[in-house]
Amino acid sequence: MISLEVKNLTKVYPGATKALDDVSFQVNPGEGVVLLGHNGSGKSTLFRCITGFEKPTSGSIVIDDTDITKLSRNKLRPIRKKVGMVFQNFNLTYNLSVFQNVLFGALGHSKTAFHTFAPFASQQLREKAMACLERVGLAHLADRRADRLSGGQQQRVAIARMLMQDPEIVLADEPIASLDPVAGREVMDLLLEIVRERGLAVICILHQMDIVLEYGERIIALNAGEMVVNESIEKLDRTFLDSLYAKEESTEKERKVE
Amino acid sequence: MGNNNENLNKNMPARFRSPSIVTWLCWVIFIAFIAMGLNNANISFERLGRGILNIGSFLGDAFPPDFSRIGPITLSIIETLEMALVGTTIGVILSLPLALLAATNTSPHPAIGTVVRGIILTLRTIPDLVFALIFVISIGLGPLAGILTIAVDTIGFCGRFFSERIEEIDKGPVQALESTGASRLGVISGSIIPMGFPSFVGTSLFAAEKSIRGAAVLGLVGAGGIGVELNTAMSLRNFDQALMIIIFILIVVLIFEKISSAIRKKVI
Repeated sequence: MISLEVKNLTKVYPGATKALDDVSFQVNPGEGVVLLGHNGSGKSTLFRCITGFEKPTSGSIVIDDTDITKLSRNKLRPIRKKVGMVFQNFNLTYNLSVFQNVLFGALGHSKTAFHTFAPFASQQLREKAMACLERVGLAHLADRRADRLSGGQQQRVAIARMLMQDPEIVLADEPIASLDPVAGREVMDLLLEIVRERGLAVICILHQMDIVLEYGERIIALNAGEMVVNESIEKLDRTFLDSLYAKEESTEKERKVE
Repeated sequence: MGNNNENLNKNMPARFRSPSIVTWLCWVIFIAFIAMGLNNANISFERLGRGILNIGSFLGDAFPPDFSRIGPITLSIIETLEMALVGTTIGVILSLPLALLAATNTSPHPAIGTVVRGIILTLRTIPDLVFALIFVISIGLGPLAGILTIAVDTIGFCGRFFSERIEEIDKGPVQALESTGASRLGVISGSIIPMGFPSFVGTSLFAAEKSIRGAAVLGLVGAGGIGVELNTAMSLRNFDQALMIIIFILIVVLIFEKISSAIRKKVI
């Protein structure tokens, strides 16, 4: 199992403020980290840097003993295979079948895209896709078009696709933000169950405090690009966590005073 | 209070705004063109009157339409359809890779994108009859020249709309596949092509409709199809035969438009 280490990561957008300001932390194999922060605090930039969609201005991100910030697009691919993503908007290819969407999780492992097309994929791959769907409880909907499913079901398909990828680290970007509370909780339970049974490390961006307290082992919080908290959850109390979200105005005032 | 009102009035938008110099200039040029155009067309009541009389005598000769040559004309209608379908199919097949090279989000390099967009633009801007003339000169009279013309015309049309559709495709699913470690081709065949597919089919059907109309007149410059028959009938002043050909073209185009809109509804 691999670990993730972020060292002195800074990202400055041209002509704008610092999106990330000297952020350093480590995530060990199998660990569950919740990433907190306001909109615009740098969480998404951090994720985009970890997946190599964005090059940081300085600092390094080490995944599996490789600094990915220096890698070209092609050299990134084997690393990306190990990092599974779950998105707020599910990001399925909606006019294809559920089964096909899950098969695409194996794109990184296949010689060509052709090997992942449902009619031509190997029996082994097809069986694996069905097993992944079975794990998220949607094997009976394999043949359904993805856009015919409910939001919660679509997110479960996305989780099955992520499983198909055999990742070692999972990045979940507000996985339940576009779901209703009941479906959200179901999806969160399922995601955490799967992550634990496979011993995967997970970094999850969440805003629902109840769920954060229930699922997180460690909390990392960003504020205006700076890391303000990096603590195991037992050492933090609810009032403090709530204050992270209430603090925006006061910190801005402080900055102006400076 | 008065002070407040003054402030408010200061921000009130003016009733009229003077258009910019560019707008004025555009209007002046536009009106000048219209005036010169009307002038050069030599419009006079006398000419218009004569024109109406001539159309009347054309219609008089054309009715009733002459169905005696229905056999050869049906064959050449079929040839027209074949030209249109073969040409459009070749064009659509070539358009997809070109569109992928042209679209900013899938182009392997910005320079390649610019060059391919330039090629597509050229193919679109040059009218199909000009291409037909070139192909007739280079490979001779007949349907092959027509097929090539239609293929080239289709690339100009589909290449543009395919690549615009590709540029509009939702980035999320594309990024989702990229983050699985998929190759560029994997991302294209796993998300860009499937998501664009309904629009590609719709555009291709429009292209086919356009090609059938186009193929009907390509014969006027000798590029095969029903246009050859129409041209002959007109030059020999066999207006009754010409009308029959026009009716045939109308029926074929209408039937094809019905079929194509039925397919479009099904796909989208």
